[in-house]
Amino acid sequence: MIRFDQVSKRYPGGHQALSAVSFAIRRGEMAFLTGHSGAGKSTLLKLIMLMERPTAGQVFIGEQNLNHLPASQIPYLRRRIGVVFQNHQLLFDRSVFENVAVPLHISGYDQHDIGRRVRAALDKVGLLNKEKLNPIALSGGEQQRVGIARAIVNKPAVILADEPTGNLDPELSAEIMRLFEQFNQVGVTMLIASHDLRLIARMHHRVLTLQNGRVSQDAQV
Amino acid sequence: MRKSETRQRQRPTADTRRATAGAVSHRVHWLDRLRAWGRHHRQEAGISLGKLLRQPFASMMTLLVIAIALALPALLYVVLNNVSQLSGEVGQSTRISVYLKDSVEEAEGESLAFELSRDATWHDVRYISKEQALKEFQALSGLKDVLAGLDENPLPAAIVLEPGRQLGPLEAQQQLSKLQALPEVEQAELDLQWVQRLHAILDIAKRVVVALSGLFGVAVLLVVGNTIRLAIESRREEIVVIKLVGGTDAYVRRPFLYTGLWFGLYGGLLAWGLVSMALFWLEQPVTALGSLYQSSFALAGLDAEATLILISGAVLLGILGAWLAVGRHLTAIQPT
Repeated sequence: MIRFDQVSKRYPGGHQALSAVSFAIRRGEMAFLTGHSGAGKSTLLKLIMLMERPTAGQVFIGEQNLNHLPASQIPYLRRRIGVVFQNHQLLFDRSVFENVAVPLHISGYDQHDIGRRVRAALDKVGLLNKEKLNPIALSGGEQQRVGIARAIVNKPAVILADEPTGNLDPELSAEIMRLFEQFNQVGVTMLIASHDLRLIARMHHRVLTLQNGRVSQDAQV
Repeated sequence: MRKSETRQRQRPTADTRRATAGAVSHRVHWLDRLRAWGRHHRQEAGISLGKLLRQPFASMMTLLVIAIALALPALLYVVLNNVSQLSGEVGQSTRISVYLKDSVEEAEGESLAFELSRDATWHDVRYISKEQALKEFQALSGLKDVLAGLDENPLPAAIVLEPGRQLGPLEAQQQLSKLQALPEVEQAELDLQWVQRLHAILDIAKRVVVALSGLFGVAVLLVVGNTIRLAIESRREEIVVIKLVGGTDAYVRRPFLYTGLWFGLYGGLLAWGLVSMALFWLEQPVTALGSLYQSSFALAGLDAEATLILISGAVLLGILGAWLAVGRHLTAIQPT
C-alpha cells in the first residue's frame, strides 16, 4: 500500500533528512514509525502526503508512483489519505461538525450525505454530543479526536498520524491508539509516527525505527 | 501477505483509478459533484458577501476608493459626451451669416433673402434687420443701458442661411465666396472653423479619458488586490487545512474571487451613484446656461450602454484583481 524505494531527501541548505530509505507497508497493515526527534519521521510522512518531493528514489501509494503524479493531482491523492496531526490543525472559527465536514465539502458530497457521514465519524470517536461546540471549548484529547474524525470521515484507505499522542497523558494516548486499532481492524492501512516507545511496545505491531535518516530496525514487536 | 493481497484484488471496485490507491467506499457521483460545485459557488458567494457586510466600515472604505477611481473617468466621459453632442448639434447646421452693407435698405435686404431662399441649398433663410439685431443683442447681452446710450444702431443687418444638409468644407467655401461676391454683402462668415477646432480638442480629450480610465483601472486592480491579500492572510490557517485535506487550488481560490466580484460590483454601483449625484448637482446650472444661449440643451447622463460598461468593467476589474492577488499569494501558503 505504501512503498519506499531507495528514497532520499535532502533539504535546501544541505540537511540530509532521509538516506536511501526502503520499506513496504501492506494493505491493511498497522505500523509504527519511531526514532529520535530529527530522525526523519515527519519528512517521511510529508513525502507520502506530497508536502515534499524526494531528492532521489521513489514513493508508491498503491500502484501510483508519486514521482509521476503532477502537482494538479496532489489534492486528489490527499483526499484518499487521512492525516492526524500533533497540533490537530483544527479551525476555531467553526463548530466541531463543520471542522469534520471540511473534507466532505471539498470532495463534493451531497448535503444530506455530509450530515450522515460526519455524525458517523463523530460517533466513532465518541464526540457525537459535542458536534455543535467550538473545538476551542474541548480538552486536548477531545480536540485530537475531532482531528481523527476529520481524518476518517472520507473513509480513506490509508491513515497517517504524526505524533498523535504527543500532548496527551498516557491514559488518553492509549485510548487514541485503541481507536486506531479499531480502524485497522476494518481494513485501513495505518502508519503512526510516535516516539512514545513504551506505548508502542504494548501495542504489538510492526515498528520501523529511523536513525539519522536511515531505517535502523524493522521488526514486529 | 500474498493471501491478503489476493483478497483485496478480488474486492469489487468500480472506479479503478481510485482502487489503485486503495480507496474503496469513496465514490462520488459526477452529478453530485457538479451539484456540489454549484452549491459551493452559491455558498461562497453568500459567505463572502456576508463577510463584506460584517465589516461595514472597512468594506465601505475600500468600496469608496474603488468607486471614486471609477467615477472620475466615468464623469469625464459624460462631460465629454455632452460637449461633443452639443458641438455636433451646432456643427450640423454649418450656418453662414451674411452681413449686409449699411447702404442696403430693408426692402432690398428682404428681397435678397427671398431670392437666396429659392436656392435649394438653403433650408432656412432668415433676414435680420438692424432693429431686430439690436433687440436680440440687448436681450442676450444685458447691455441694454449702454446700448440705449448710443446715438445710432451700430449693428448691421444680416441674413442667416442654414443649409438643408451638411456641407463639405470645400462646398461651404464655394458658397461662402459666392455670397461674398454679391454687391449687397459686406462680409460673409462661416461658423465652422471653431467647430472643427473644438472637434480636434475633443479628440485629444477623448484620449485623455481613455488614458485616465486605464490608470484608474490599474488603481482599482491594486486596491482589490491588496484587500484580497489581507483577506488571504487572515484565512491562512483555513487555507492550510483545506490544502492538507485535498482542496484543489480552484476550491481555495473561489471565495476570494467572489470577494473580488462583490467589491467590483458594489464599487461599480457606487461609482454610478456618484456620477448620477454629480450630474444631478450640475443639471440646474447647465440648464440655466443653456437657456442663456436660447438652447434647450439638457445634460445627458450615463446611458444604458455606458452604465453596463461601467458596472461590468468594475466587476471584471474586481475579479481580475482578486485573481492576481490569489495567484501571487496562495502558492506561497503551503502546509509544512
